[in-house]
Amino acid sequence: MALLTCRDLSLGYDGRVIAHGINFSVESGDYLCVVGENGSGKSTLMKTILGLLPPIGGEIVTGDGLKHTEIGYLPQQTEVQKDFPASVWEIVLSGCGNRMGSRPFYNKEDKERARSNIERMRISHLVKRCYRELSGGQQQRVLLARALCATTKLLVLDEPVAGLDPVVTAEMYELIDELNKKDGITVIMISHDIAAALKYADHILHVSGNVFFGTTEEYKNSGEALAFLKGGENK
Amino acid sequence: MIDKFEKLSLYLQFSFVQYALIVGVLIAICSSLLGVTLVLKRFSFIGDGLSHVAFGAMAIAAVVGLTNDMPLILAVTTASAILLLRTGQNTKIKGDAAVAMISVGALAIGYLLMNVFSKSSNVSGDVCSTLFGSVSILTLTVTEVWLSVILSAVVFIVFILFYNKIFSVTFDENFAKATGVKTGLYNLLIAVVIAVIIVLAMNLVGSLLISALVIFPALSAMRVFKSFRAVTVCSAVFSVFAAGLGILIAIMFGTPVGSTIVGTDIVGFLIFFLIGTFTKSKA
Repeated sequence: MALLTCRDLSLGYDGRVIAHGINFSVESGDYLCVVGENGSGKSTLMKTILGLLPPIGGEIVTGDGLKHTEIGYLPQQTEVQKDFPASVWEIVLSGCGNRMGSRPFYNKEDKERARSNIERMRISHLVKRCYRELSGGQQQRVLLARALCATTKLLVLDEPVAGLDPVVTAEMYELIDELNKKDGITVIMISHDIAAALKYADHILHVSGNVFFGTTEEYKNSGEALAFLKGGENK
Repeated sequence: MIDKFEKLSLYLQFSFVQYALIVGVLIAICSSLLGVTLVLKRFSFIGDGLSHVAFGAMAIAAVVGLTNDMPLILAVTTASAILLLRTGQNTKIKGDAAVAMISVGALAIGYLLMNVFSKSSNVSGDVCSTLFGSVSILTLTVTEVWLSVILSAVVFIVFILFYNKIFSVTFDENFAKATGVKTGLYNLLIAVVIAVIIVLAMNLVGSLLISALVIFPALSAMRVFKSFRAVTVCSAVFSVFAAGLGILIAIMFGTPVGSTIVGTDIVGFLIFFLIGTFTKSKA
């Protein structure tokens, strides 16, 4: 049984369909990159997987004991967060929200979990710092630590390197790769960066007029990839 | 100056002055707690809009001849709060426009009703005191004091119990929702609590100045402090100080209570602003 399966999924909002006929499945330990042009529905797909938007058609099935609320999500930064007064500790700890249920406060286990994920992201020295004063790369690590508090199985990353400089981008990719290879966490990542997608991912989902899903090797030889890569070169 | 203080200590023995201080401090705490969330969620103006709705409801109550207008005002304000916070997210009329529309509409209709139907000989006086709360804080009955105490306690307890959830919903609603936090429910809760606070605060500063109680403490605390908890605690302390000081000054110098409190809030904000700028330039 796959961790996550989408069958004949149609996406969109306000009754408007953006993409349809999406079929793919993610096995435990996979690293899937979702690529496609702007406006092709990548972010909408992500929101549908996370349950923020209802699917217009088709279905999303989770397996391997994955609950819908156990997906770690790394969203793109919002306007609100840029001047939000919160410490790194508070933000990472808030990732344990799905384990709380109706419990009003965090318990020892939650705090231990937050602490170990902060160490994992190598940001222990920033624990007491204010989120809005951190660099872009540090902020991403904080949000990734929060996402790891919410899940042990599946990470969903929405353009994790947007706005980062090349050095920090490379670090971020290595970090994600490490989580996938070493800790066996399944990764679904939206990316604009097709080169990195081909380098790190083992499966590619190309969302556009024709939906492509397959391994990275298959994708490299497919028509979609050739057209997409060519388009990228012309820019 | 000394006889001013003598006057003050004499006044402090009056029960109505004590009531005013108790209620003032309680309202100050409650309004500042949620202020942080409102400011961060870009809903600063919602307090303003809701207070105008409360004013409209009060006018209707007066016209209908209700002696106890609190339940009606509370119901109408709560309903509007829910409506406004819901439309905030994704509707055709954007959040700020909806607030402006409801706020101005309620204000106009309230004044119109009071003017046309009021049996009072001093309509503009009535309107003025509802808008600026000039006297009502000093004419509280024991029942009203108890009601304020109970409602404030409820608000306070709800805030403490849901503090972590409110943080999640404020910082990142999508993440909270994706990880199974019932964001709709908490937004609703926030709306209801705000409505209760507004209705409480009307007695203190009047409906035009309520926003100040909600916004100034939060904004001041945000200048200086860097964690959500510190900001929340600081804004509560700030608010209590400003309200207490404002009420005392108002009693000593016979100034209108509401505007004096807002005055102390503004001074406090300027002080915090300077502290914030200074510490930042040093770091």
